[in-house]
Amino acid sequence: MSLLTVKENIGMVNNSNTDMASLVQANKNIVFDTKDLNLWYGETHALKDINLKINEKEVTAIIGPSGCGKSTYLKTLNRMVELVPTVRTTGEITYKGQSILDKSFKVENLRTRVGMVFQKPNPFPKSIYDNIAYGPRIHGIRNKKILDEIVEKSLRGAYIWDEVKDRLKENAYGLSGGQQQRLCIARTLAIEPDVILMDEPTSALDPKSTLKIEDLVQELKKDYSIIIVTHNMQQAARISDRTAFFLNGEVVEFDVTDTIFTKPTDNRTEDYISGRFG
Amino acid sequence: MKYLNAEQVTKRMDGRIAKNNILKVLFLLATLFGLIVLAILIYRVVVDSIGWIDWNFLTGRQSTDAERAGIMGALLGTLWMMLVVAPVTLILGIGTAIYLELYAKKGRLQSIIQTNIANLAGVPSIVYGILGLTIFVRAMEMGNIILAGGLTLSLLILPIVIVAAQEAIRAVPGFLSEASYGMGATKWQTIKNVILPAALPGMLTGAILALSRAIGETAPLTVIGIPALIIPFPEGIFDKFTALPMQIYYWTIDSSLVAEYANLAAGTIIVLLILLFVLNSAAIFIRNKFQQRF
Repeated sequence: MSLLTVKENIGMVNNSNTDMASLVQANKNIVFDTKDLNLWYGETHALKDINLKINEKEVTAIIGPSGCGKSTYLKTLNRMVELVPTVRTTGEITYKGQSILDKSFKVENLRTRVGMVFQKPNPFPKSIYDNIAYGPRIHGIRNKKILDEIVEKSLRGAYIWDEVKDRLKENAYGLSGGQQQRLCIARTLAIEPDVILMDEPTSALDPKSTLKIEDLVQELKKDYSIIIVTHNMQQAARISDRTAFFLNGEVVEFDVTDTIFTKPTDNRTEDYISGRFG
Repeated sequence: MKYLNAEQVTKRMDGRIAKNNILKVLFLLATLFGLIVLAILIYRVVVDSIGWIDWNFLTGRQSTDAERAGIMGALLGTLWMMLVVAPVTLILGIGTAIYLELYAKKGRLQSIIQTNIANLAGVPSIVYGILGLTIFVRAMEMGNIILAGGLTLSLLILPIVIVAAQEAIRAVPGFLSEASYGMGATKWQTIKNVILPAALPGMLTGAILALSRAIGETAPLTVIGIPALIIPFPEGIFDKFTALPMQIYYWTIDSSLVAEYANLAAGTIIVLLILLFVLNSAAIFIRNKFQQRF
């Protein structure tokens, strides 16, 4: 509960100049609205005139061949892309009506609302408990009882509680790859985000672990908006509501997943999903 | 058509194998050269010191009478000086490494600083002695006290500590800090909770090895005028002092006057070697014990 208060306060600070209520009302179901986004790494033009509206509480898949900009776009949504020093962007992305690329929007706030799960499971070399408690702790929660509750709730949320409840004090690197990735998802849930970005979360996992993560994504979309980058087209078809097809830094097609996979309007989409390239 | 003629290949085979064996022996000799010289050195020192290292030698005062002379003063001087060098180099070294690796913008200024630190690591130690003499002993009017000696040696090993700490930071995988940033942590929170715990064993190992180099340094101390006179045991960092390498230096020089001084020097070398051995073991222990798996 106190975590929620913290986040509301963060929100208040940021909305001082914007009439939040009206903006949220106007974009009721849109969580991210991207307008004419362009991004360069140094001289390389990596994203070109991206326009995408991403709905709340849906799974949006981003597919495309290597180097098409899909991961870059995902990392722009929580501004992780800024860790590359030479990055430059133009255009606008709004998150629930607030312009997030604006330097006045603190990235720490953004990343508290927009969590991220990475390609390779990346738990900290700490205990399972400390991994989950990491986020709440950096946001100022010290109370042991509240931390305990958050840890249990997050691990249950990621369907890994039963597997780890007796070994919370053990190092997270004792878990299998698939368990580590679910732990990382639980760690993201612990900051109580609205959106979860997933950057090829199953590419380092075996088929069985992959299936577990896919089931988990289906459960999570009841409460969270999920944007998932994947190389695996079957995966996109299985778990997403909408799919965006990226090619050479552009959005070629963005539609309901069924439409993309059954009757795409663009030839390049059809070529890609039928395996003619990529 | 084949490019390799089987007959020719077989004919050359013996020569190739012989060359391989000769080189193997050459490299072994290169290794042995260093090892044998070192072994002879240690053997000579041990032989010379036999019968000289006893309780009286370890705890006694400096004396012109070889039978009564002890090294307690020099031992205390060295330990006090390390109490100055260790915190100064750790704080400044790790602080500098954090700034250069994690905060500084990669650019011209950063690369100029970086190049200069690398160059400073190669500056002869006697030059640092002159620097210490000019700044600490004379300009700041400290005189040749422990603090002045400690700060001089700190300057000497600081570049090594910085470079080691930078390498330790660079060895922390990026995916760990990404995970922290991805949850809304600030840079300092990420450094404190993720990067430093992972890098600390490497940093400490580098610092301890640098410290053991400082312990053996003689030249800078000679320049700032550390005596080997009969002076009271130092009781703090503002006292005048002598140190183990200085004691070795003076006893070796004076062994032409009193032959037994050579044995005293050998005994002091053994004590210094044991000290270094303990420090290096500590470095290895820290590295193995606290290294994190990821």
